[in-house]
Amino acid sequence: MRLRSLGGSARLRRALGLALLLTAATFLLDTPASADQGPGAPVRLGAVEELLQYLLIGIARGAVFSLIALGYTMVYGIIELINFAHGDLYMLGAFMALSVVACCGGESLSGGAAAGAIALAFLVSTAFTAGVNFGVERLAYRPLRNAPPLAPLLTAIGMSFIFQNLGLFWGGLPIAGMGSQAAAPKSFPDLLPTVNLVQALGIPSGLSFTTKDLFVIATAAPLMVGLTLFVRFTRLGKAMRATAQNRMAAQVVGINADRVIAATFLIGGGLAGAGAVINGLYNNTIVFDMGYNAGLMAFTAAVLGGIGSIPGAMLGGFFIGIVSSFSDWQLATQWTPAVVFGLLILVLIFRPQGLLGRETGEKA
Amino acid sequence: MGRELRRGPFGVIALAAAALLAGGGLGSGCGPKGRPGIVKIVSSLPMQGSSLGQTQTIVDGIRMAIEEAGGKVGSFTIEYEPWDDASAQKGSWDETVEAENARRAVNDPDVLVYIGTFNSGAAKVAAPILNREGLLMISPANTWPGLTKPGNWDPGEPGIYRPSGKLTYFRVVPADDIQGPVSAAWAQELGVKSVYILHDQETYGKGIAEIVRRECEKRGIAVKGFDGIDKKAPEYRSLMTKVKGTDPDLVYFGGITQNNAGQLVKDMVAVGVRAEFMGPDGVYEKAFIEAAGAANANNRCYITFGGIPPKNLTGKGKVFYDTFVAKFKKEPEGYAVYGYEAAKVALEAIRRAGKEEREAVRAGCAGIRDFDGMLGKWSFDANGDTSLKFMSCNIVKNGELEFVKLMTVD
Repeated sequence: MRLRSLGGSARLRRALGLALLLTAATFLLDTPASADQGPGAPVRLGAVEELLQYLLIGIARGAVFSLIALGYTMVYGIIELINFAHGDLYMLGAFMALSVVACCGGESLSGGAAAGAIALAFLVSTAFTAGVNFGVERLAYRPLRNAPPLAPLLTAIGMSFIFQNLGLFWGGLPIAGMGSQAAAPKSFPDLLPTVNLVQALGIPSGLSFTTKDLFVIATAAPLMVGLTLFVRFTRLGKAMRATAQNRMAAQVVGINADRVIAATFLIGGGLAGAGAVINGLYNNTIVFDMGYNAGLMAFTAAVLGGIGSIPGAMLGGFFIGIVSSFSDWQLATQWTPAVVFGLLILVLIFRPQGLLGRETGEKA
Repeated sequence: MGRELRRGPFGVIALAAAALLAGGGLGSGCGPKGRPGIVKIVSSLPMQGSSLGQTQTIVDGIRMAIEEAGGKVGSFTIEYEPWDDASAQKGSWDETVEAENARRAVNDPDVLVYIGTFNSGAAKVAAPILNREGLLMISPANTWPGLTKPGNWDPGEPGIYRPSGKLTYFRVVPADDIQGPVSAAWAQELGVKSVYILHDQETYGKGIAEIVRRECEKRGIAVKGFDGIDKKAPEYRSLMTKVKGTDPDLVYFGGITQNNAGQLVKDMVAVGVRAEFMGPDGVYEKAFIEAAGAANANNRCYITFGGIPPKNLTGKGKVFYDTFVAKFKKEPEGYAVYGYEAAKVALEAIRRAGKEEREAVRAGCAGIRDFDGMLGKWSFDANGDTSLKFMSCNIVKNGELEFVKLMTVD
C-alpha cells in the first residue's frame, strides 16, 4: 500500500513537471506579435503579464470554490457524508444576501451605506446558512447517524431538491430584488467600487486587478486562515480532529460527538453563506439553480485536494479556479468542465487520496 | 419538480385513455373520434423561467385572436389550452416535457392544431411526433432554418421532421437565414470591422452564430474568434479577457437570455472590453436587460428581431397593439403578435378545412396564400415558411428596447 502510494506520487510529480513544461512551451510559442497593434487598441499584455492576468482571475474564482469546498470536506471528514445539499445551501445564502442588500436600498446605495449593507449581508447570510445547516443536521442527518451510509446520502440529495425549490419559491416572492419572474437570473447590486489597482498604483502595465478582485481575496483568505487556526489550536478544533480520526475513541475520552458534529455543520454552513455573499458582490448575478454547478465544482475541489482535508479543500478550490481560467483562455469555455473533470480523473488514478489527503484504510 | 409530480399521474391517465382510444380505433378500422363540434387548439411554450414574460404575452395574443372570433369557426366551438413545455428544474424548456406534450396532443382526438414551440430545440423534438400523426403545428417563434428549409443544416434536416412525407410544420416568423445576413449587414453599417462570436451550444444559438460567422466572412468582417460558452458558469472573466486581447469591434452572442447572455454583458464591462454587443431575437426581451443590468446594456447592445416591434406596428398591427394594451393593461412583448398571428392562421386553416379532420386542417393551412396578417400580406411557401423577409434592428436605450429600423436581404 505504502510503496504503491510512493510510486504514485513520484509519477504524479513527473506528470506535473511535464505539464508545467508543456504550458511554458505554449506560452513561449503564443507570445503575441506586436505588429498588429492598431491605433486605439488597448495595451497588449506581454506573455508573462497575460499569464498573470489569467492567474489572478483563477485565484478570485477559486476563492469562492474553496469556501464551499470547505463545507463539503469538513462534513465528510467528520461523518463521512457527502452533503449534496451544500451547493444549494450556498444558493440560499445568496438569496438571503440579495434580500438584505435589496431591502437596504440595493443599487442606490453608496459609500458608507453600501459598506453597512455589505456587512449586514455578511452577518445575516452567514448566520442564516449556518443555522439552516445546523437545523438540517439535527432534523435530517442525526436520526440516521447509525443507519447504512446510503441513507444519509439519499437524504442529502433530497435536501438539495428541497433547497432548490425553496430558492425558486423565494425568487417568486414579491419582495425587493427578486424581479418579476421566479426562475429568472436576479441581478445582485454592484456595490463594490471597481478601481483598477494596477493603474491606480501607477504600474505601467495593461494588467487588470480591481478593488473587486482584491475584495474577494481579502475576505476569503482570512476566513480560511481563521478556520485553519481554529481547527488546529482551539479545544473544539481539537475535538473535531479527534472525532474525525475515530469517533468511538473520541467519545470514550469524553468528547460529545454530537455537539462536535453540530459545530462542524454550523461552521461549514456559515462559510457557504460567506462565499455566497462574496460571489454575489463579485459576479452580480444569482439564480435558483446556481447551487448545482457551484456545488459540483466545490465537491470536485474537495475530492481533488483530498476529501476530509481542510488545506486540501482550499488548495483544490484554487487549483480548479486557476485551471478553469487557463482552460477558458487556451481552449474554450465549452471545454472547461471537461478539462476540470479530466484532471480530477487523472488525480484520482495516480493519487486516489487526493493532493493533500492521507491514505487511511478505515475510511475507504 | 412540483410541476412534474402534478403532471405525472395526469400524463399516465391521458396516455392510458389514449391507448384505449387508439386500440378501439385500430379495431374498427378508422381513426379516433373526438367530441363532435369541438375543436381544440393547444400551445406548447415555456411558461416557467425567464422566457415567461415573452410566452405569457404570446398566450394572451392567442386568446385574443380566439375571443375575437367569438370562440367559434363556423359551427365548431374552439377550445384553447396553453401547455407548458418547461420544467422548474431546468428553468427553461425541457425536451422530456416537450415530447410528453406532443404525444399528449396526438393522443387527444379533439386537438387539431398545436401552436408552438418557442425554442427551436423544442421544435426538433415535437415536429416529428406530430408529423407522424399528421397534426398541424404552427410556431410563433422558431427561427432555426433547418426546421423547414432545404440546405446544409444539421444532418438529415429538414426531412427528419417530416417522416410521413407531408408538410405539418409551419411558422409565421422569418427564420435565421434572414436574421443572420441582416445581423452581418447591420454590423457592417455600424462600422464593425471585426467580430468575436460566442454561442450557447444549443440548436438555435449555435445555428444563428454559425450563419453570422459565414455572413461576416462574406462581407470581409474579420472573425476574431468563435467559442461556445458553458451556459451555467458563474462568470466569464477569463473568456472576456481573451476577447479583449483580440480587440474586436463587436461581440456577437448567438443564444437566449436564459443561457447567461446577461452575465456575458456584465463581464464585458467588468473586464473592460470596448466592443459593442449584438444578439439575436433570443435576447429580444426585458429579462435580458434586467439580467445584464440596464447600466451595462444601455447604448451598447444591438438586437435583431424578426418583424416589427409591437409598438411600431402600423395598419392592422397597430389595431392589434392598441387592443392588446387596452385588454391586458400591459405592453405586448415582441412575439405576442406572432402568437396572435399563429392563432389567426389556425382559425383560417380550420375554416378552410370545414371538418374536424387533422388532414383537412393541415391541407387548409398549407393552402394559405396572401394572408392579410398583422405585418402585411404574406403566404406560406412550399417549405411552410412565411414569405415575410424583413427584420427589425433595435438598440437598448434607457433600459428599454428601442426600434431603430427595418432591414432585409435579398
